Amino acid sequence: MIDNGLPEGWELVVGLEVHVELATKTKLFSGSPNRFGDEPNTNIDPVTLGLPGALPVLNEHAVELAMRIGLALNCTVKPSTFHRKNYFYPDLSKAYQITQYDEPLNVDGFLMLPGGVRIGVERAHMEEDTGKSTHFGGAGGRIHGSDYSLIDFNRAGVPLVEIVSHPDVRTAEQARQYVNELRAILVAVGASDAKMEEGSMRCDANVSVRKYGAALGTRCEIKNVNSVRSLGKAIEYEARRQIDVLETGGTIRQETRHWDETDGRTHTLRTKVDANDYRYFLEPDLVMLAPDAQWVERVRAALPVLPAARRTNLAALTGADEDSEAIAVVVERGQDTYIEEVKNAGGDAGRALVWVQQSFAEEGNAPRLPAKDLAALTVLERDGKLTATQAKTVLGDMLETGGGDPAAIAASKGFEALDTSVIEGFVDEGIAAQPDAWAKYCAGEEKAMGALVGTIMKLSKGKADGKVVTAILQQRRGS
Amino acid sequence: MTNFSTATSIAHNVASGAQSAASVVEEHLQRIGQREEEVHAFNLVTSAEARERAADLDARIARGENVGPLAGVPIALKDNMCTRGVPTTCSSKILEGWKPPYNATVVDKLFAAGAVFVGKTNLDEFAMGSSTENSAFGPTRNPLDTSRVPGGSSGGSAAAVAAGFAAVSLGSDTGGSIRQPAALCGVVGVKPTYGLVSRYGLVAFASSLDQIGPFSHSVADAALLTEIIAGHDPMDSTSIPKPAPSLVSVLGRGVEGMRIGRVADLPEGADADVLARLDAAFVALEKAGATIVDVKLPSLSYALTAYYLIAPAEASSNLARYDGVRYGNRVAANDMNTMYADTRAAGFGDEVKRRIMLGTYALSAGYYDAYYGKALKVRRLISNDFAAAYANADVILTPTSPTVAFPFGAKTDDPLTMYLCDIFTIPTNLAGHPAMSVPFGTGQANMPVGVQILAPTLGEEAMFKVAAVLESAA
Repeated sequence: MIDNGLPEGWELVVGLEVHVELATKTKLFSGSPNRFGDEPNTNIDPVTLGLPGALPVLNEHAVELAMRIGLALNCTVKPSTFHRKNYFYPDLSKAYQITQYDEPLNVDGFLMLPGGVRIGVERAHMEEDTGKSTHFGGAGGRIHGSDYSLIDFNRAGVPLVEIVSHPDVRTAEQARQYVNELRAILVAVGASDAKMEEGSMRCDANVSVRKYGAALGTRCEIKNVNSVRSLGKAIEYEARRQIDVLETGGTIRQETRHWDETDGRTHTLRTKVDANDYRYFLEPDLVMLAPDAQWVERVRAALPVLPAARRTNLAALTGADEDSEAIAVVVERGQDTYIEEVKNAGGDAGRALVWVQQSFAEEGNAPRLPAKDLAALTVLERDGKLTATQAKTVLGDMLETGGGDPAAIAASKGFEALDTSVIEGFVDEGIAAQPDAWAKYCAGEEKAMGALVGTIMKLSKGKADGKVVTAILQQRRGS
Repeated sequence: MTNFSTATSIAHNVASGAQSAASVVEEHLQRIGQREEEVHAFNLVTSAEARERAADLDARIARGENVGPLAGVPIALKDNMCTRGVPTTCSSKILEGWKPPYNATVVDKLFAAGAVFVGKTNLDEFAMGSSTENSAFGPTRNPLDTSRVPGGSSGGSAAAVAAGFAAVSLGSDTGGSIRQPAALCGVVGVKPTYGLVSRYGLVAFASSLDQIGPFSHSVADAALLTEIIAGHDPMDSTSIPKPAPSLVSVLGRGVEGMRIGRVADLPEGADADVLARLDAAFVALEKAGATIVDVKLPSLSYALTAYYLIAPAEASSNLARYDGVRYGNRVAANDMNTMYADTRAAGFGDEVKRRIMLGTYALSAGYYDAYYGKALKVRRLISNDFAAAYANADVILTPTSPTVAFPFGAKTDDPLTMYLCDIFTIPTNLAGHPAMSVPFGTGQANMPVGVQILAPTLGEEAMFKVAAVLESAA
């Protein structure tokens, strides 16, 4: 049974609803710019403001990006329609949101988590964003009780895709993995920058618990989760809250709950009883959206290699574990092609992966350092001409100057790999200084080797090659 | 009826220099000065702008420019079409004083054709009504008998043409709002095929039914106006992606060999004087070489009910934006919900409130299937019935309105009586087809009677051919 961190016998069931803002130049139904961070109420027009007589016209590029998302999530692209979702709120300029309802564009897909867990994707549909309200005075930043409110309509009409998963998520960690993987896919296909902190990616979680084998429990929808870390914490808190209620004989009420980052709890936002009746009906100002098969195939053919496949490829190239952090991080940064270039330039892909992960965080997908220079460095390292510590120093210089011959830099710094006979001397000194560790190591305790290597490296002032030291120690133990 | 100049003749005279645009405008402004107080066709008369525009056109014509096919033609616009910088009220207190920052597509097209705008005409609030008695700014009177209504909702636009205040005008037709007032005021009124004329900038009542169309003294003027305002508009997703049809050119072709449908199961309710004129119209067409064929439209009797679910449902959503937050009138309050409620209670009239409530109810959870959903099915049945009928007929003739213009207050006590005014016009809107009303003699109290010509989708050519023959036989 999977470890979900919950009391014995309880199963966690989570479905996720992720909203992403599409990286279009203009809005979903008008020509105003879709741009974050501009002066409030500058990216507006009659359609955005819902002025009388204004009509929506669907943005073709938004449809294309929505299809990219659907196809990357293994969905079927279908003829679809738009509906009006009616409710009153000051930042909803028309008093209805145009959204896809019973006939969404993308249906029946899935996403594979690292480790082979399959999360079903029910649908990925298009809709428009609302404006952004800010409430001043009063308590809790809510409109009720505030002194006044300001609305920025720049965000109104920004294209969104809402990706709804099946309730297939079983642990908080899977939820985090799902959102991270989804984010990586969205960025890879160029559909969105998917930044949770800027609100271009938002995540709601439908959480319920049940005894293993029992029917699905009543779910609560958790909103206001602003980071992947919070998502995990909110799900864990909510699951425990529901178990507490159930174990003390209570029942779960279907409701929407608000995650409060400061107190680490969820609070009732609204119950099912006071839920809006949205009076959905077909949007008469738009026609059916039915992308023809050629368009769908064109979009499919143009999809880039997705993160999961890139991780597999990079793992094969470097010999690293496919689920390792190094692989995930480097693929997310888009630096896997760079490592391929290093390899093609005769370099050691495994060492390149280490350096790229550690030192290229700010470098983006096209690092300044010529691939052949990093290749040369990894060759020196592989051949024992430079220790890891020395290589790091040389790399630092290379990054500062934008490249160069690592052998020449090493020579100018007086880095020469120590002769094995000299290292043997340091090993003798090390064993003498750490008799207990040596005894433990000889008794088969592998962990003890760390202390020995550390001491020997210190004695050599970092000049000994760690790999050579390890080899000598293993040889002496006779293993 | 007075013989006012047609748009066709004005444009010809102005373009050729026989008459100045300025003198045409003065002539019309003079008539407005004489009778507008009595008729109240307008919410706003834009005399200064009209004079300035006419002078500009005259100057351009003097320089030898071609200013367009509507050179110097005075036009009135129903006050639910957006005009940049000029108040657009929908005859509602909630929009009183609001000035749109943009023009409706039709306004830009008319301007580019050389027209002169003389004012914004009165209507039933948000185009909801059949007598213009629901205007927040007082009713419009029928210029032919000011004790009677002009019809509605485009009563102001119909009256403006009938009174000679404008050579032509534009109205909007959701369930008969162009054709019925045209019939009651004795002018020509056209509802084009849904999607033929852009709705961009037309303040929505019921988006799937609304369509802009012209009022005129002559069938030729109506054809000319329809040609000019029709055509694909990328700003309206429901606009038909085809060029505007050529209509003026078909007018002289006659109806020889055409099949004219007579509805065998026409819903009851039309007055005898109206039915007598319809019969006369069939006789006239037969004499002109057409064949009269019987068609059946069994679902027609459900049209009114379906319409009064679909139109209010869409209206309840379209009118939700009038919340006092961004524009229009606001009644201040201490909290958001009270502000919404007070603003809308003060801003909307009874008929608008009635339809918003009806529509909200029809769309509500638990009622959608029984009301709105069922109405959509009826709408499909009506389309199917029409399709079957048009297999045997090129056009269909019915009365436009069951009665001639009625006195003020005659139908205001019972909304259902008023709703019945549109019994013959509503089916066309549900089907998305074109239809027009042509004056064809008079009935009771010597008031005009209109005959309605219905045609299938994009059947405007056949419709106008028949209209031209009826016009010459009237």
